[in-house]
Amino acid sequence: MPYVPHSPEEIREMLDVIGVDSVEDLFAEIPAELRPKSFALPKGKSEMAVLQQLGEMAAKNTTDLTSFLGAGFYDHFIPTAVDALSSRSEFYTAYTPYQPESSQGTLQAIFEYQTAMARLMDMDYANASVYDGGSALYEATLMAVRKTRRRKIIVSEALNPIYRVMLDSYTTNLNLELVTVPHNHGRTNVKSITAAVDKDTAAVIVQNPNFFGSVNDFTEMFAAVHEHKALAIMSTYPVMQSVLKTPGQMGADIAVADGQSIGQPLSFGGPYLGIMTCSKALVRQMPGRIAGRTEDEDGKPGYVLTIQAREQHIRRQKATSNICSNQALCALRTLIHLCLLGEEGLRRTAILSVERAHYAAERLTAINGVEMFTKGPFGNEFAVSLPVNAFEVIDKLTERGIIPGFPVGRYYEGFENVLLVACTEKTTEEQIGIFAEILRGTI
Amino acid sequence: MIPQELLYAKSHEWLKVDGENGTIGITHFAQEQLGDLTFVELPQEGDTFAAGDEFGSIESVKAASEMYAPVDCEVVAVNEALEDAPEKVNEDPYGDGWLMKIKITGPTDGLLDAAAYEKVTEEEAH
Repeated sequence: MPYVPHSPEEIREMLDVIGVDSVEDLFAEIPAELRPKSFALPKGKSEMAVLQQLGEMAAKNTTDLTSFLGAGFYDHFIPTAVDALSSRSEFYTAYTPYQPESSQGTLQAIFEYQTAMARLMDMDYANASVYDGGSALYEATLMAVRKTRRRKIIVSEALNPIYRVMLDSYTTNLNLELVTVPHNHGRTNVKSITAAVDKDTAAVIVQNPNFFGSVNDFTEMFAAVHEHKALAIMSTYPVMQSVLKTPGQMGADIAVADGQSIGQPLSFGGPYLGIMTCSKALVRQMPGRIAGRTEDEDGKPGYVLTIQAREQHIRRQKATSNICSNQALCALRTLIHLCLLGEEGLRRTAILSVERAHYAAERLTAINGVEMFTKGPFGNEFAVSLPVNAFEVIDKLTERGIIPGFPVGRYYEGFENVLLVACTEKTTEEQIGIFAEILRGTI
Repeated sequence: MIPQELLYAKSHEWLKVDGENGTIGITHFAQEQLGDLTFVELPQEGDTFAAGDEFGSIESVKAASEMYAPVDCEVVAVNEALEDAPEKVNEDPYGDGWLMKIKITGPTDGLLDAAAYEKVTEEEAH
């Protein structure tokens, strides 16, 4: 099919079949004031001119900054093989694998991704992924509401505020009661959360490490949640699962994450992928698709989409969600990245990231007036309080080539002096030293 | 394979009446039509249904079907063993494969006896 499909003759022919005189008549239903006055499209340009213009626009981005930004999205090293393998056309162009006979490779990749995610989180099942960490958390919440038939959701304020905003907006019309339990100096307030659980509670939502980088063991709290027959939902940071107690070990019912930190570049905020895992008792409530492994009549392994009776395209009224897409290519990248690292490689990545962050915390708090805001154990991210406004510090340091972190005050009123700092295995001690010295000179 | 003492709905549920209490399951014919079962979705204790309401669904390797309450009722217990072993419905639809115990809250007049239900299955089998 040619790229521009309609010749004037073809348009005439179609109008005649429909029985109208002109394209204008075709759209007569739409009131004139609702129609675009003009599409304001510029005249056509040559390829060279377009490339030049786009190049000039792209050059306005600053791409050589040293970044200590985290807040849910982390700059980990991505092995080159991830790009090479995931850009094979079999994966790059494949669409929904509804027909298993022509989609075995994609289905096998999804199946192996699910297996890897379930093992990473220590949970029974994973689905083929959803859009991102925030939508995974929303879907997990609805799983709990369906399962328990209750409407109260207890949310830790130390849950990523971006996710909390998403939860608020997605559930606006669902008649759910979201109860936010305040954080305690960056720590998840386990006591208050436990005390808030009652017989009307569908789920408790916490994050580990939480938004402030603080690490918790929620085992006891989850046991208390289960005594009320409520569910425990945990949002996690996948890289850290290789060194922290896992959601499965803590007794979580649903564990979700954004898969960005394994295999996806920080590309202006996406596309990323939402990892969803759950216990066996909840698998029927899981949205989206699940690839399963089976055998054909000759006993050879084959892969299919399974549990489709709760999917939108089979019995719409029974669907567990209106999501019917997964992030297949991003999921594949996460799988390849994980396979290349292996268990040991992932653990090394996590340990290096944590070590760098602890070194950075030491260097930064050696500066007069800079203090740890996050108390207690932390992973590769921590918050410090500054003697001055964090937004101003960020502006000043960015001019010097360093993004020093995320301003906590953007989401938490009263914490305008608090800066959230993240390191990864890519952060060098030299970069940390330069950051500390420039900060010392700035405040 | 159609027990004489039970009552039947056209939609292939059976009801065993025991005073004001009852037990509900699906018939041998229904489980045979569905094939190997993979999942049974049941209601919760305390749920109430009017005759004809959908109370759950059943999935097999071939299809997914809804199940309907044969009579007005309140759920007293559900067969939790089916969560891990839905095949019990295939193996013993009138025994271990029962679905739920109920308190009967309405008339059973509209239900079929064994002979009438047998006619229904004969018609459907053709």
